[in-house]
Amino acid sequence: MSFLEYRVKTVPTGFSKILYVNWALVVLLVAIASVGFLMLYSVAGGRLSVWAEPQMKRFLLGMSVMFFVAFVPIWFWRNMAGLAYGGSILLLLAVEFFGSVGMGAQRWIELGPLRLQPSELSKVTLVMLLAAYYDWLDIKKTSRPLWVMIPVFLILLPTVLVLGQPDLGTALLLMGGGAVVMFCAGVSWLYFGAVFALGAGAVAAVLTSRGTEWQLLKDYQYRRIDTFLDPSSDPLGSGYHITQAKIALGSGGWAGRGFMQGTQSRLNFLPEKHTDFIFTTLAEEFGFIGAFSLLGLYTLVLAFCIASALQNKDRFASLVTLGIAATFFFYFAVNMLMVMGLAPVVGVPLPLVSYGGSSMLVLLAAFGLVQSAHVHRPR
Amino acid sequence: MRRSARDTEESARKVSRRGLFLGGSMLAVVALLGARMRHMQVDQADEFRLLAEDNRISIRLIPPARGQIFDRNGKLIAGNEQNYRVVISRDDAGDVEDVLQRIARIMPVSPDDFDRAMKEAKRRSPLPIIVADRLSWEDVSTVAINAPALPGVSPEFGLSRVYPRDTDFAHVVGYVGPVSERDLAKLEEPDPLLQTPKFQIGKIGVETWMEGDLRGRAGNRRVEVNAVGRVMRELGRQEGDPGADIRLTIDADVQNYAQARLGEESAAAVVMDVQNGDILAIASAPSFDPNLFVRGISHADYNALTENDHRPLANKTVQGAYPPGSTFKMVTALAALEAGLITTSTSVNCPGHYEVGGRRFHCWKRGGHGRVSLERSLAESCDVYYYDIALKVGIDKIAEMGRKLGLGERHDIPMSAITDGLMPNKQWKQERYGQEWRIGDTVNASIGQGYVLTSPLQLAVMTSRIASGRAVSPRLIHSIAETQTPIAPAADLGISPQILRAVQQGMFAVSNSQRGTAYSSRIADNTMQLAGKTGTSQVRNITAAERARGVISNDALPWNRRDHALFVGFAPFEAPRYAVAVVVEHGGGGSTAAAPIGRDLLLRALSDGIPPLSAYPASQRNRIETMHRNMPLRDPDGSAPGSSRA
Repeated sequence: MSFLEYRVKTVPTGFSKILYVNWALVVLLVAIASVGFLMLYSVAGGRLSVWAEPQMKRFLLGMSVMFFVAFVPIWFWRNMAGLAYGGSILLLLAVEFFGSVGMGAQRWIELGPLRLQPSELSKVTLVMLLAAYYDWLDIKKTSRPLWVMIPVFLILLPTVLVLGQPDLGTALLLMGGGAVVMFCAGVSWLYFGAVFALGAGAVAAVLTSRGTEWQLLKDYQYRRIDTFLDPSSDPLGSGYHITQAKIALGSGGWAGRGFMQGTQSRLNFLPEKHTDFIFTTLAEEFGFIGAFSLLGLYTLVLAFCIASALQNKDRFASLVTLGIAATFFFYFAVNMLMVMGLAPVVGVPLPLVSYGGSSMLVLLAAFGLVQSAHVHRPR
Repeated sequence: MRRSARDTEESARKVSRRGLFLGGSMLAVVALLGARMRHMQVDQADEFRLLAEDNRISIRLIPPARGQIFDRNGKLIAGNEQNYRVVISRDDAGDVEDVLQRIARIMPVSPDDFDRAMKEAKRRSPLPIIVADRLSWEDVSTVAINAPALPGVSPEFGLSRVYPRDTDFAHVVGYVGPVSERDLAKLEEPDPLLQTPKFQIGKIGVETWMEGDLRGRAGNRRVEVNAVGRVMRELGRQEGDPGADIRLTIDADVQNYAQARLGEESAAAVVMDVQNGDILAIASAPSFDPNLFVRGISHADYNALTENDHRPLANKTVQGAYPPGSTFKMVTALAALEAGLITTSTSVNCPGHYEVGGRRFHCWKRGGHGRVSLERSLAESCDVYYYDIALKVGIDKIAEMGRKLGLGERHDIPMSAITDGLMPNKQWKQERYGQEWRIGDTVNASIGQGYVLTSPLQLAVMTSRIASGRAVSPRLIHSIAETQTPIAPAADLGISPQILRAVQQGMFAVSNSQRGTAYSSRIADNTMQLAGKTGTSQVRNITAAERARGVISNDALPWNRRDHALFVGFAPFEAPRYAVAVVVEHGGGGSTAAAPIGRDLLLRALSDGIPPLSAYPASQRNRIETMHRNMPLRDPDGSAPGSSRA
């Protein structure tokens, strides 16, 4: 189905598009981001200028990007998918050669004042390309091995580049997002079963390779796995972060210790309290009520995305929406599992709340695609 | 490419099915997250809250002020002084080396201190770095004024030990020093105070033995700390209890006189109350300044102390075990009299030597004393008299009497390394050497030579017991925190008063009969008359050949081969109050080297201040006056000798 087949007349044009935007979703995103501003203000010890203010500026920029993307017809973005994917792969290669090293990993490139993290971008471009691929592909061929191999290759290419940085968290998110698009496009269950079995085998291989010449992960990644399995084994070393995070979270109790009253974050016991571990401060200061409410907001975002996707008869639009919803889900689920001690520390930010430019811009741009799909859906 | 409507419908339905499945799976994960949150934040909240409190609250000890030590009249012997130091908090300082250099520009920082501070800075510890300790008020104020230019630097003050009467009480009170690993290892459950930096505990003497009373109980502050251990604010405070003040039985002025009187001799003297056992003075010379140890003694100073052949570090009053020589003769006499083998009127002929078991034992007087009574035997210290009566009574009875008078027994006063001395008997020799006790051993023991060893403290106890007829025990601690320490009940010795009186009479003759060995050390004042006994104990064997040529005089011998000079005595004779024991190592004869010291100490104890010249024999008054004028005595307030003149 090409854009020519859309009943163009029923699609809003011009500024009237603004009426068709999924406003509920916009409100949810603003609400989540506001939680982020509040927490960034709190962890900075009541100072706005440290983290909260730059974050607000980025959010405003991100919202503009979102509305811009939303107003451009979704078929344009479908046609741009290949270009976007190719561009992001080039940027990943660029990072490999010219990137800056931060926290033991090569993750971003400096473009003037902008610091771009191409791995964030690739999460969205991958989803776009896969959705476009399945929109183009004859439905009957969906589960044929050759036609399954192509998207698998498309997923693995950025994944391998990201793993080389090394950034395990993003690699997992890339694979998860890609797999969800394939799944929703209708690829046979058998493939997923096989991949699951292979994955289990790979995990076994990774664990057995430790200390041998063909060791598959970096030492710090193994330490993170150790820490995850038994944080108390080294409470002052690598287990320190996760132990302190759990203490902060648990000590919040029902209603929390009060805004700006969290001792764990106030007294610097929490690691990376403005980025990956910001959820622990929220949980400490606002307790179960606060933490559960944020989880609720995230879930509503998912619900609106999925509802929008299911209503949408355009294959690309619904696949892209589902893929982005899944990527968003993986973000917050992995982050929360991580800080609650249910997953190893892999370095995934809490979407729209953690301090950070690239992920917020890219996520809002992605929600722009969701909005575009919503606005330009066939009626 | 075109698709059939059916295909489109079919694919859309598939996407919907899969999308719903996806949504369901996500919901399951969200439910898991929610459940985990509930579990941690509701079910386990209390546990985690406790851990969080543990994290943030740290208990800091407040060291208590150490108890002070006073003499019997309330004069300060060991006190605490304000001590200023400068510390750097590493969090705030940033570049510690830079800050240190800036401090060095405004106040003197020794290169040692600088290096130590740099080393300390490299360690990861929440405790502040101590730059310099024991600073003057001026230096501390300079730092305080310049605080804005010195990030993280702050002045601190604490208490440190000081001994205003430095050398006088070095051996009695000892000193405090930093807690060593060995100190900690000795304790099963060390007081957490001991681990606080710069904390000091007693190392020897009263400071060690009364540590439990002196230390006090630490207070604590509950403070909120951040992840690197820096104190953010104080949450609560509980004051501790300062250590208990201790009063000694010693009179600081008498002690000062004793220390000055012993001078540079290697000597020891003990002055004791014969009625209740209170030790009035217990001096060991030469002494040292305990303040050096509190501040951390330099290698040069320490080596000077250890290499000195007069052993300033040894507390000779309780550690030193010397052959008592003739001061032991009262024991032999009392043993024989008590056993009824001789009477107070028994006399013995002294031809100058005594033959027994094929060996010849000499009297110190080559020509002999002729017929000697008990009184003369003590006054003129005839050896043969004692050889004779000792063989009659036997060593076991003599040893029994010695023990009764406090010899060969440890007297527990709070001082370090107290010796038991040695009061030998037959059984002891069998056990120690696996040999029979021989007659010659008894002969030697009868005049306090051979195996017999006593400390000056034991000799003072012996003299007190002879003077009072009761089993007085020494007491050094007068009171702890205003509570009097009990005076051990002194039971009657069970020696018949008539016998005791006869021996006391003999001791009186020692210093009051013209031929007495200590006649020149008599007390002229009739209300304070002296009774005593001199002793000269050999530290070398005199060979038969030497005896034939004539015994080499002490003056002709190297210092460390000379005889020990001893004197024991008590006064006033009619109503005994104080006993004294003096040992001058390698001092030569007891009558010339030890007896004058003993007499002077007794007079000083009996007088208020420097003894009046009228107490001395007229012929000696000029010499005594000069001696007293030149004696380096402290001013009554305890300040160092000569400081008021400067």
